[in-house]
Amino acid sequence: MRASKILLTGAHRLAILAYIAVALFPLYWLLKVSVTPNRLLYSEGVRMWPSRTTFEHFEFVVAHSAFPTFFKNSLIVSGSTAVVVTILAALSGYALSRFSFRAKYWIVALMLLTQMFPLVMLVAPIFKMLSPLGLTNSLTGLVIVYSAFNVPFATFLMQSFFDGIPKDLEEAAMIDGATQFVAFRQIILPLTLPGIAATLGFVFTAAWSELLFALMLISGNDAATFPVGLLSFVSKFSVDFGQMMAAGVLALIPACLFFLMIQRYLVQGLTAGAVKG
Amino acid sequence: MASIEISAVAKSFGPFAVLHGIDLDIADSEFIVLVGPSGCGKSTLLRMIAGLESVTAGEISIDGRRVNELAPKDRDIAMVFQSYALYPHMSVADNMSYSLRLRKTAKEKIAAMVSDAGAKLGLAPLMERRPKALSGGQRQRVAMGRAIVRQPKAFLFDEPLSNLDARLREQMRAEIKKLHADLGATSIYVTHDQIEAMTLADRIVAMHGGVVQQVGAPLDLYDRPANLFVAGFIGSPAMNFLDGRYAREGAVVLPDGTRIPVAPRENLAEGAQVTLGIRPEHVAIVPESPMEAAVELIEPTGFGIILHLSLHGLPFKVFTLDREALKAGPKVPVAFPSQHLHVFDAEGNRAD
Repeated sequence: MRASKILLTGAHRLAILAYIAVALFPLYWLLKVSVTPNRLLYSEGVRMWPSRTTFEHFEFVVAHSAFPTFFKNSLIVSGSTAVVVTILAALSGYALSRFSFRAKYWIVALMLLTQMFPLVMLVAPIFKMLSPLGLTNSLTGLVIVYSAFNVPFATFLMQSFFDGIPKDLEEAAMIDGATQFVAFRQIILPLTLPGIAATLGFVFTAAWSELLFALMLISGNDAATFPVGLLSFVSKFSVDFGQMMAAGVLALIPACLFFLMIQRYLVQGLTAGAVKG
Repeated sequence: MASIEISAVAKSFGPFAVLHGIDLDIADSEFIVLVGPSGCGKSTLLRMIAGLESVTAGEISIDGRRVNELAPKDRDIAMVFQSYALYPHMSVADNMSYSLRLRKTAKEKIAAMVSDAGAKLGLAPLMERRPKALSGGQRQRVAMGRAIVRQPKAFLFDEPLSNLDARLREQMRAEIKKLHADLGATSIYVTHDQIEAMTLADRIVAMHGGVVQQVGAPLDLYDRPANLFVAGFIGSPAMNFLDGRYAREGAVVLPDGTRIPVAPRENLAEGAQVTLGIRPEHVAIVPESPMEAAVELIEPTGFGIILHLSLHGLPFKVFTLDREALKAGPKVPVAFPSQHLHVFDAEGNRAD
């Protein structure tokens, strides 16, 4: 009994370790390639760690490429999208959670429907719409498109947080003398901070790694975000893997930081509607 | 403090009617208890008075002013919720002062009012704690404190004690009663617990199926229930009911032929279908009685003894303080004293 339990726990741990190893291996490879000198990249064969490491790729990417511009653009686009979407989703999520109105069912159905289209289908019509408005090749255009695509899911996420907050609380506040909006702002919103953090993080990372629309709507380096920028390391005749990986490692940093800050809340948010607290 | 008038108030949720024309006048500083089984509409009525539910038909006025369309915040009432609904991110003091802060009361005044209410409820050492660091009883007190701190026109209580354990419930019940004697505030209290209703109320409003069944002082409802519902709902162990037919000379004949003498009822016809009611504590165990019932079960409660008896297959209960009853059986002689008998007609209404 005891021995079999230990065995079972061991096997369980081992399985988790194997999973983590598989999941993290590409990231490890990214790091490994980014510090491998160009000369050794092809000459050493497949090795877990190069015989000599270098930071020359990082130096080049930061000092001599357009990467800082891409990075800045990505920060602006992802940050603005995250803020815009979270504000809209907080308001609409609250409405879906608390109000009963006639078209509620249809609005929810419509929002679900928007999530069902393959994005590729929408690229051409969106380009056609944004182009006369002067919103192609602009960060504003990207923020608008990303917001439009993220609001529905973020709304459902926020709704599940609001559903987890007892209605009694705002009724108590309303009896205490608050309007519904004041109750929302002073009582409900502070309690939803974890949900807001989760939504911010989710939308930020989604926008941070988006490639398709960035590629189609942006031409030229001035307004390119970093996923598009990464492609600039691919030239007609060769791919500069070292620099590309170095850029990739740098681009991972903000996303990782963001997720580290909010991952606890994110897990909480995804289960908020499932278990009655 | 204020009076509250409820006239012909009805409520429907879509096609479902929950309240059918409720009329009730509540006097200034009266303590009213709305009691009934779950789903009877008592909480809905309370929430309508608070302004948390719209009024489908009829009128609710506070101090003679129609409040149907008034937002909860403008009604100047306080409410204690079953879940307490304390603001989790605020300290006890902030919870209690929230309404005063919304009303922009002067800071010194708020401090004085909050510490006053806190002292009244024994919360003084807990003022800086968050709700999650409080026990159930303490949370309950904070919820009460939040209600009394701003001296509203009326207090509404929505099953405030049902989340507490039995001992604490008894203690808080007494405190609510003392507080009411102290403040003299008009109070409406919703509960499904008939003991709370009996002990707290100036007047009880017994509700069932969205209709008021009887309004009256607790002992009126106990001694003269208006119908079968009230008779069965108020009192524990519950009143015994025996079906039979009315005989004009003053008796109820049970299906087995047993004649139980009752005072003559004027508006009952000979042979009318009736239900005889008698409270368990009123059934007498008397040695010389010709009526014998079989003992099925004996339950000692410590305070008294409940005997489950059967009279030719008709079950009924007896409550007695006499410990001799522990040894009863297999048959006991019983009598139904006619001054304690309630007779209900075929519709379930009291017949006098």
